[in-house]
Amino acid sequence: MKYIIAIIQPDRLDEVLDALEEKQIHLVTVTSVMGRGRQKGVSEVYRSVKEGGSLLRKTKIEIAVNDEFAATAVEAITKGGRTGKIGDGKIFVLDMAQCVRIRTGETDHVAVG
Amino acid sequence: MYRQMRLAGAIAGLCLGIAALFVSPIRAEATESDAATANAVQVSPAESLPASEAAPAATIDSGDTAWVLVSAALVLFMTPGLAFFYGGLVRRKNMLSVLMQCYMLMAIITIQWVTVGYSLAFGPTIGGWIGSLKWAFLNGVGVTPNPDYSATVPHQAFMIYQGMFAIITPGLILGAFAERMRFSSFCVFSVLWATLVYAPVCHWVWGLGGFIRNMGALDFAGGAVVHVNAGIAALATAIVLGKRKGFPTRMSPPHNLPFAVLGAGMLWFGWFGFNAGSALGAGALATTAFVNTQIAAAAAGLGWAIMDYIYNRHATMLGMITGAVGGLVAITPAAGFVTPMGAIGIGLSVSLICYIAVTFLKPKFGYDDTLDAFGVHGVGGFWGAIATGLWASTAINPAGNNGLFYGNAGLLLTQLKATLIVTVYSLVVSIILLKLVDAVLGLRVDEDSERLGLDLSEHRESAYTLIE
Repeated sequence: MKYIIAIIQPDRLDEVLDALEEKQIHLVTVTSVMGRGRQKGVSEVYRSVKEGGSLLRKTKIEIAVNDEFAATAVEAITKGGRTGKIGDGKIFVLDMAQCVRIRTGETDHVAVG
Repeated sequence: MYRQMRLAGAIAGLCLGIAALFVSPIRAEATESDAATANAVQVSPAESLPASEAAPAATIDSGDTAWVLVSAALVLFMTPGLAFFYGGLVRRKNMLSVLMQCYMLMAIITIQWVTVGYSLAFGPTIGGWIGSLKWAFLNGVGVTPNPDYSATVPHQAFMIYQGMFAIITPGLILGAFAERMRFSSFCVFSVLWATLVYAPVCHWVWGLGGFIRNMGALDFAGGAVVHVNAGIAALATAIVLGKRKGFPTRMSPPHNLPFAVLGAGMLWFGWFGFNAGSALGAGALATTAFVNTQIAAAAAGLGWAIMDYIYNRHATMLGMITGAVGGLVAITPAAGFVTPMGAIGIGLSVSLICYIAVTFLKPKFGYDDTLDAFGVHGVGGFWGAIATGLWASTAINPAGNNGLFYGNAGLLLTQLKATLIVTVYSLVVSIILLKLVDAVLGLRVDEDSERLGLDLSEHRESAYTLIE
C-alpha cells in the first residue's frame, strides 16, 4: 500500500481530479496549503513596505492506494497537474503501514479500495 | 533606474496637471445667508423634471439642501457597497482587485467630474448633444442655486450629488469584466467611458436642452443614464474581453457570500439617496420615490425567492439579494412617477425578467458576464424604462406623464425609443473604446496573472492570509 501526497497548483485541481477519475481513483483528500519551492513566493507590498519571500498558495492532494494503483495515480496527477512551467509542484510516494475503515473495521487491501 | 525615472516623470506630470487647475480662473461666489432666507419660499420639489421653462427665483431651502447633501453621501456609500457586493462574489484571489477598482473610481471620477465631466453633462447645451466646457473646472459653479436644475439647493450640492452617480455608473460595469482586466487599462477605460459615454448620455436625458429630455422621455433617477448605459457597456466588455479561463465549466462559487449580502444591504440603503434624492428636495416627491424604492426592492427580492423555490426547490441568499438589486434597478427610472401598487408590479415583473436573463439567457449565449452586470443592470434597467411607460401616472407626479395603463400608449413608445438610443450609443462607443485601449495597453492580464489572481499580479497584495 502506498500513500501519495501531491502538492499542485490550485487551478490545476480540477484537471487532476478528472485525470484520477478517469483511472477509477475516486478517494482523495484535498487541502489548501501554503508553500514555497524553487519558484519562490510572489513578494507583496504593504504601504510601500516590500514583504519578501512570502509563501504561495498551493493545493495538497492525499491518496491512499493499493500497490497496483500507485503508478497509475502518479501518472494521472502528473498528467493533470503539468503546465510545463516552474511551480507545477511535486508528488511524494510513501509506504503505508496500515489502513482501517472505521465503519466496518476492515483493514488494509479491502479498506484502501 | 528606469522605474525611478518613470516615477519621477509621472509625479512631474501630476504636478503640472494640478498647477493647471489653479491657473484656470475659478470664480468664487459669495455664500448666501441661506439660514435667513430658508423656509421663506415654498418651491415645488418637482422642479427639475422634465423641462421647466420659467424657473422661479433661486432661493436656498435648508431642508432641500440638507436632503440633497445627505443623498449625495448615501449615493457615494453605494460604491463601497457595490465593491463588497461584487467582491464577495469573485474568487478569493481577486477580492482586492474588485475593491480597488471601486475605490479608484471614487478618486479618479471625482477629479474627472469636477474638471470636465460635470460641464459636459450639465453645462450649457450644444445643440442638445453635449454640454459645453463653460463650466469646466467648476468655473461659475458656486453655491448660488441654478434654477435650471435645482432652484432651492446650491449649485455645488447638485453638482456633487450628480458626481456620485458618475462614480457608481462605471463601477457597475466592472461586474462584467471582473477577474481578468488589467488595472491600468481599467483606469484608462473608465475615464474615457465616463467622458465619452456617461457625460453625453447624461446630457441627453437630464441636461437642459438635451434631446432625449425634449422628446418627453421619463427617467427619474437614472434608469437609462445609469443602468441601461452601464449594463450595455458591461455586455460590450464581456464580449470584447472574452471568457475567463475555465468558464463556464470550472467556476468556483462566490468566495464570501456574507460580504455580498453586506454590499447589497449598503446598496439598498444608499438607493434611497439615489432615488428619493433625485427629487432634489425634501417633500412629497421625495417621499413618493422613497416609498416606491422600498416596495419595488421588497417585491423583487420576494419574487426572486419564489422563482428560486419553484425552479430549484430552495430559496437562496444570493437569489434574494440579486432580486432586491434588480428591483432597485427597475424602480430607478419610475420611482417618482408610479403608484405604490405600480411599484409592486415593477418589482415582481423585473425579478421574473432578470431571473430569465441570468439563468437561461447567459448560458444560452455563452458570454462571460462575471457578476451579471448586464443581466441585472442592463436587462433590469431596460425593463424599468419600459415599465415607466406602463405604470407612470400624472396623479402621482403632474410633471410626469401617463403610461399605457393610464391610457397613454405614446409614452411607452417614447420610453422605448429613448432607451434604444442609449443602448445603441453605449454599445457602439464602449466597443470602440475597448478596442482602442486594447490596441494601446492590452485589456486582459496574461494567463499566469489570471491564474495567480489579480490581487497579487496587479496589486501585490492578498486579501486573506492562510497562515496567521
